[in-house]
Amino acid sequence: MTTAVLPRENYLNTDYRLRSWLLTTDHKRICILYLLTITMFFAIGGAFATMIRLSLVNPAGTLVSDETYNKLFTMHGIIMVFFFLVPSIPATLGNFLIPMMIGAKDVAFPKLNLASWYIFVTGGCFTLWALISGGVDTGWTFYTPFSTLSSNTNVSLAAIGIFIAGFASILTGLNFMVTIHRMRAPGMTWFRMPLFLWSMYATSLIMVLGTPVLAITLLLVAAERVLHLGIFDPSRGGDPVLFQHLFWFYSHPAVYIMIVPGMGVTSELIAAFSRKRIFGYEFVAFASLAIAVLGFLVWGHHLFVAGLSIYSAMVFSLLSYLVAIPSAIKVFNWTATLYKGSVSYATPMLYAFGFIWMFTIGGLTGLFLAALGLDVHVHDTYFVIAHFHYIMVGGAIMGYLGGLHYWWPKMTGRLYPEGWAKLGALTIFLGFNLTFFPQFILGYMGMPRRYHVYPPEFQALNVLSSAGASVLGIGYLIPLVYLLWSLKYGPIAGDNPWGAKGLEWTTTSPPPTHNFAVTPIVTEPAYNYAGEQEESRVG
Amino acid sequence: MTSQAAVAPPRALQHHFDSLEQQRDVATLGMWIFLVTEALFFGGLFTAYLVYRSMYPHAFAVASEHTLIALGAANTAILITSSLTMALAVHAAQEGNQKSIIRFLVFTFLLGTAFLVLKGVEYTVDMRDHLLPGANFAIAGANPGHAEIFFSLYFIMTGLHAIHMIVGLSLLVVIMYMTSKGRFSKEYHAPVEVMGLYWHFVDIIWIFLFPLLYLIDRHK
Amino acid sequence: MLSGIQLFPEEASTFAPKVDALYFFLVAVSAFFVVLIAGMLLFFAIKYRRRSPNEVGAPIHGGLLLETVWTVIPLLIAMVMFVWAADLYFQAYKPPKGPAINVYVLAKQWMWKFQHMDGQREINELHIPVDQRIKLIMTSQDVIHSFFVPDFRVKMDVLPGRYRTLWFEATRVGTYHLFCSQYCGTGHSRMTGEVIVMTPEAYAAWKAGGVSGDTMATAGEKLFTNLACVTCHNAQSGARGPILTGLFNQKVALTGGHPVVADDAYLRQSIMNPGSQVVAGYQPIMPTYQGLVNEEQLLDLIEYIKTLKAMPAVPTVTTSEPDGRAVPKSSARSLPVAPSAQR
Repeated sequence: MTTAVLPRENYLNTDYRLRSWLLTTDHKRICILYLLTITMFFAIGGAFATMIRLSLVNPAGTLVSDETYNKLFTMHGIIMVFFFLVPSIPATLGNFLIPMMIGAKDVAFPKLNLASWYIFVTGGCFTLWALISGGVDTGWTFYTPFSTLSSNTNVSLAAIGIFIAGFASILTGLNFMVTIHRMRAPGMTWFRMPLFLWSMYATSLIMVLGTPVLAITLLLVAAERVLHLGIFDPSRGGDPVLFQHLFWFYSHPAVYIMIVPGMGVTSELIAAFSRKRIFGYEFVAFASLAIAVLGFLVWGHHLFVAGLSIYSAMVFSLLSYLVAIPSAIKVFNWTATLYKGSVSYATPMLYAFGFIWMFTIGGLTGLFLAALGLDVHVHDTYFVIAHFHYIMVGGAIMGYLGGLHYWWPKMTGRLYPEGWAKLGALTIFLGFNLTFFPQFILGYMGMPRRYHVYPPEFQALNVLSSAGASVLGIGYLIPLVYLLWSLKYGPIAGDNPWGAKGLEWTTTSPPPTHNFAVTPIVTEPAYNYAGEQEESRVG
Repeated sequence: MTSQAAVAPPRALQHHFDSLEQQRDVATLGMWIFLVTEALFFGGLFTAYLVYRSMYPHAFAVASEHTLIALGAANTAILITSSLTMALAVHAAQEGNQKSIIRFLVFTFLLGTAFLVLKGVEYTVDMRDHLLPGANFAIAGANPGHAEIFFSLYFIMTGLHAIHMIVGLSLLVVIMYMTSKGRFSKEYHAPVEVMGLYWHFVDIIWIFLFPLLYLIDRHK
Repeated sequence: MLSGIQLFPEEASTFAPKVDALYFFLVAVSAFFVVLIAGMLLFFAIKYRRRSPNEVGAPIHGGLLLETVWTVIPLLIAMVMFVWAADLYFQAYKPPKGPAINVYVLAKQWMWKFQHMDGQREINELHIPVDQRIKLIMTSQDVIHSFFVPDFRVKMDVLPGRYRTLWFEATRVGTYHLFCSQYCGTGHSRMTGEVIVMTPEAYAAWKAGGVSGDTMATAGEKLFTNLACVTCHNAQSGARGPILTGLFNQKVALTGGHPVVADDAYLRQSIMNPGSQVVAGYQPIMPTYQGLVNEEQLLDLIEYIKTLKAMPAVPTVTTSEPDGRAVPKSSARSLPVAPSAQR
């Protein structure tokens, strides 16, 4: 084997000046811009999580004041949801891969793509300003009338920051949808697309349809505070529960924005590291769309104890059970893919396994919450916190890290050290479960969420959870270190170090600015490891 | 690069597209999706309005009687006409008729400005009549809190609409400038079409706002 | 305390064992699927591990039978869960008919105020007898709170401007945590209390030794007079206001609308926003009392109206407003112009 070298001209080395980065319209460079930004936000959100878990070691909750603790969990939620999870896979891996996977030179609107990064950063600046100049203490859910009438923190500023960042989300989703519709290379039909693209399309659909409703809701909250309107003020005829309906109409689909991309990554990882077509490709593709559509119909399950009529609660509960089914279908299909596959234990595959296992637990506990009579007990307790962290951290972040490791060689031209990578994955897995599994038990025992003072019988589990959090924190530092190290010292990867199928692996690592020297023409289905001739299919 | 080397790509063709037709399709689809997001954005406000209307029908009826129906109706007529002139501008662009494009864009611009002027007059009168929500709000014949909710929604909905009009007017200026520089032709005029889509959408929002805010349940 | 490391709440209400049964069913189903998926992943990953660098997997596309099976079976299980849980929810949130001890609950930042009908008031402590149905009528004075007793498995958000009714029946004597479970500001984690379930004898003794004072109904009666309600709502024929005796939970015909049930919320609405629901056949002249009564006084008035046996007689002297202004009888007050400060 000849000594591998990095391609002479690639998207990273064409121009080293700062302005070539800040004014780039190359989707791959925009991915890097987002990557750096969201990593910074993750660190900030993680710092708040650290403070929260430290405080919860002690039932008297004296580490920080009441006000400070309330600000900590609020800012942790706002930053992690809006400034890390929602953009994470779409704005990084989505940006990098969508044009490459369809054989295009760029996304549909490259300048809009750059604009959306600047909008995201602007929203982030407003939010950080809200944080630094005193913080917000409403919870990331901004429930009225507390947020409009009672809180004396920087609510409007934070709302504006999220409002602005929401536009970045909308524009990204718009860009991706148009790109997938109109810029596929010749022969790249919908059903030849890798499943990552189906999940990115479904995610974009949700971003485009849901985010505007959040935008208007936050605008109303800010308007009420600044202009002293009474839209949610009960003493003037306002209905605070209306806020909850409007807020959750976006925020429930938002959780699918956060998990569906991770599912898309998992499909790619399972296929690549079993060298086999995903079992039930069409079912997985349609399941992504089904999740997107059904996800818009279940928001009321956040209001089961809030004052819904019993009958609408029943409708929302039924729909919430229905939306779980497509996710279950995906889990079964991924598992079935391994049958008679050629299974590798490379780090990305370990992350995929972790994703499947922890998403399954998180998703199943969602059934507990959809169960009306049971939700009465566990709503607003640590059970809910454990549920959504299993999905958003055990699921989405594992998917993100798995995808980052899988496409790292493509993006950087380098391989990371496999031993350290496996250690990192294992540490994260163990730390995560130690942190969040005890919280299911705490929740059923009755510990409410957003409590930092709690009865002493809850302490043992809280200490266990905080111990796990320290392991998890170390786990996240490990990839940070070796991934940065690999940029300079990692072995050269070559075009296709994994032997994987997919258009992105047919070009160099890193790719040239225009992705492909010649526009590819697609003649085979996705994941065609067995080298099959395609049967004629409809559509 | 085979057949493309024979003919230089049109100046307007961006590097990541294969043809002007693809570029136009992309631009139009992008604008349609953007308009869907705008529909949902206003949709949240319409939802809030409908919820409160069904909770407080009497207060909302009394409140809507205080809206200035003559100005509202005039504005409706102005805006519908401006959609006509906008459509004629798009048609002129499809014909490649530069002069007509500019003429109809100017008409659209003037009508849009007239709309905003009348809106400004309306707001001034409303404020004088203590209908601006806040410390000075006052209304007779209905629960003041509920009527104030009507006017909060009224000002937010029409205000947001007005902001979209201002953006539309600015975009019209940009399109007018591009036309004057000879950028458009029969083959390439997608920006004019996309502008038309946006303008029609802003018109449609008003066509929903007007009956909801001014007309329903209004007593003689 | 180390010996008592608790991992499960107590079952202290009629509802708790039912919730726990559903919980354990869900735990069992979840454990089954988690073990199944983990087991299959592990098994396949080991059995089909890559044995040579260029090995590829078999050309398997899918199987309609398998897809159908693993769609339909989870769907059926989900439907079982849905129906079971919905039935429980009905039981929890639809108070059964029959006698119950009513307690009024007023949540405010950051404490729980309880008003028993006999006038007893408690803060952050609720004494109730075991094995008797309790009905809580709850409202908030400021932001949204939530009444949560884990050992009873009951929870309900408490809203400002609305009344919500929660019922339960305690089955074990003891002291149980009460938590506020809807974030409500700085003191949210400190807004806790205790529900003290007592034997009937102990409860009777506790009530007897209570603070003497007006029952809620008596307090309400005094307010009814002082606020001049009696000016229009009285025993005289042709009185300007509707009769209130026997009104509670009856159907009321409103002007221009369908009939509504006169529950707690209706009574509160009639006092705070009378113009929004005028009884058919009456003029819309009742003034609003928003700003003139606080939430506790509202509860007293409502309790008074519930227990009213006969309409009071028309007063023959001028009554005085709570603020001292004299009101000549048979005056109709005009609507206030602007909402008074209510925070």
